[in-house]
Amino acid sequence: MTFTVQFLQFLISGLTTGSTYALIAIGFSLIHNATGIVNFAQGEFVMLGGMFMITFYTFSHLPMIVSFILTLISVAAVGFLLEYGPIRRAKSKDILILVMITVGASITIKGLSMIIWGKNPLNLPPFSGEDPFLLGGAAVMPQSLWIFGLTLGMVFSLHYFLKNTMLGKAMRAVAASRRSALLTGIPVNRMILLSFTISGALGAAAGIMLTPITTTSYDVGAMLGLKGFSAAILGGYGSMPGAVLGGLLLGVFESLSAGFISSEYKDVVAFLILLIILFFKPSGLLGQGKIKRV
Amino acid sequence: MGKNNQTFLFLLAILILIFPWAVGNNYFLMVLNVAALNFIVVIGLNLLMGYAGQISLGQGAFFGLGAYLTAIFTVTLGLPLWPAMGLSLLITALVAYIIGVPTLKLEGHYLVMATLGFNVITYILSIQLEPVTGGPSGFAGIPRLQIGGLILDSDKKMYFLLWAVSLLVFILSLNLIHSRVGRALAALSHNEIVAKCAGIPTENYKIKIFVFSAFLASLAGALYAHYFTFISPGTFSFFYSIQVVTMVLVGGIGSLWGSLCGAILLTVLPELLHPVKEYNVLIYGLILMLVLVFFPRGLLPVLVDTLGKKKV
Repeated sequence: MTFTVQFLQFLISGLTTGSTYALIAIGFSLIHNATGIVNFAQGEFVMLGGMFMITFYTFSHLPMIVSFILTLISVAAVGFLLEYGPIRRAKSKDILILVMITVGASITIKGLSMIIWGKNPLNLPPFSGEDPFLLGGAAVMPQSLWIFGLTLGMVFSLHYFLKNTMLGKAMRAVAASRRSALLTGIPVNRMILLSFTISGALGAAAGIMLTPITTTSYDVGAMLGLKGFSAAILGGYGSMPGAVLGGLLLGVFESLSAGFISSEYKDVVAFLILLIILFFKPSGLLGQGKIKRV
Repeated sequence: MGKNNQTFLFLLAILILIFPWAVGNNYFLMVLNVAALNFIVVIGLNLLMGYAGQISLGQGAFFGLGAYLTAIFTVTLGLPLWPAMGLSLLITALVAYIIGVPTLKLEGHYLVMATLGFNVITYILSIQLEPVTGGPSGFAGIPRLQIGGLILDSDKKMYFLLWAVSLLVFILSLNLIHSRVGRALAALSHNEIVAKCAGIPTENYKIKIFVFSAFLASLAGALYAHYFTFISPGTFSFFYSIQVVTMVLVGGIGSLWGSLCGAILLTVLPELLHPVKEYNVLIYGLILMLVLVFFPRGLLPVLVDTLGKKKV
């Protein structure tokens, strides 16, 4: 294999995982924009996506498309409950307390999942076929195409929703200024609830698509969540195009370093990037420089 | 330090002294020794959370750095015990400083994320750098602590050392929060901008308190290494960082006496729940979430308040 072909190969696999990171990063951004908190349970949504899909598709033998939709609804419901339960009932609205509540929620979900699905890794078959085809000499799995396509579809429909529908505009109004949104009669609480629900669905989609490639187990959530967060920071926290760019870049960096350096340190890359960005350009690549220094 | 504190401290010291005679069971002493170590970490973290308004999810990494560095210095490099320990604490504090300077300038949760990322990196490194750290199977043969000619080779001997150290740290910290620095920190946690306008170098204080908390975590880690003579990556994972944060929150942010209760309660509780070990993670998560939702100030302050009201 020549260097270019190798590079292309790593690039494609990087873009594949990067797409799922992008979806996780968008979930982080949606909740951050609506509430100002970092939702540490975002990674657990991804884990739950894989687990519910396995339950519906592999265990219950439902058709794939039905399982897919049921999984999205189930994990969206988990996001809904997280907001409607602990976050809304919290006696203190201090940001740090709310952030730690999501940490507690993520550990609770992880502990429950361990009891429900056990400790062994579980797997999903790819959506269609396992025969790769060649693209410029590099092998591309059909699953990669599914991931690109679905991610693209989701990003564009979310974009359309936020820009062109009343509900989406209301959500953006809350992100711009919670107080002004409240004054214009937007039900802010319902918008926050919606942002958690959509983030749950996005995480679930990422989990469903990623599981056939990486397998899943009860404890993958924290790592995936952190990577999604790193992607969000890399692109500019709170920015949608930034989340997509950050996710793709992070996926490619990871894949290249796993390919050319060592796969054991693959996971370190994401966090090195996180630290470097935090140190040198905390507003990220596409951030508007809204980071407040005290 | 108020008069009340002095009385309570005196009572606590007596309780600690008579305890080993009340229970002859070594297992129970060991659990309390771990509680003392956790208490040291929790004090540092509580100062950071309660007085600098910042959360670190990387205390496990600092704990692990203290433990691994002192192990490497004493065993691999053959340095004498106490200088090796001192050096490992200094290096950990330096690492915390390097992380703290850029991230504490920013408002919000950047420290949470940076420390969390740092914790994951150190965890992966402790597993992957097998020639240096022993990898997943751990690092064995760390020398026991030695004071003069006395080798601290039993749970009971370690009990007195560990509780003496943790009491010392406790008293120091109680003094600290009732000093000029403590009042500056209190102002800082209430409103950073106002504190800054009042001439308090807030950034400087935040960095110092973060470095101090990392220093205490590494002190506990180094003591842990020399106590158990064996360390492995699992002990210093991200879950440990969550555990100590939970201890702070259960005891009450800003309440150092609460930290004492939180550290003891949450160290003993998993031991009691040992038969249902599978549920450990779930129980920790639920405790963390429920306490935060219903008692954001922690359990001890609520308890003190209700008891106080009854008296009146």
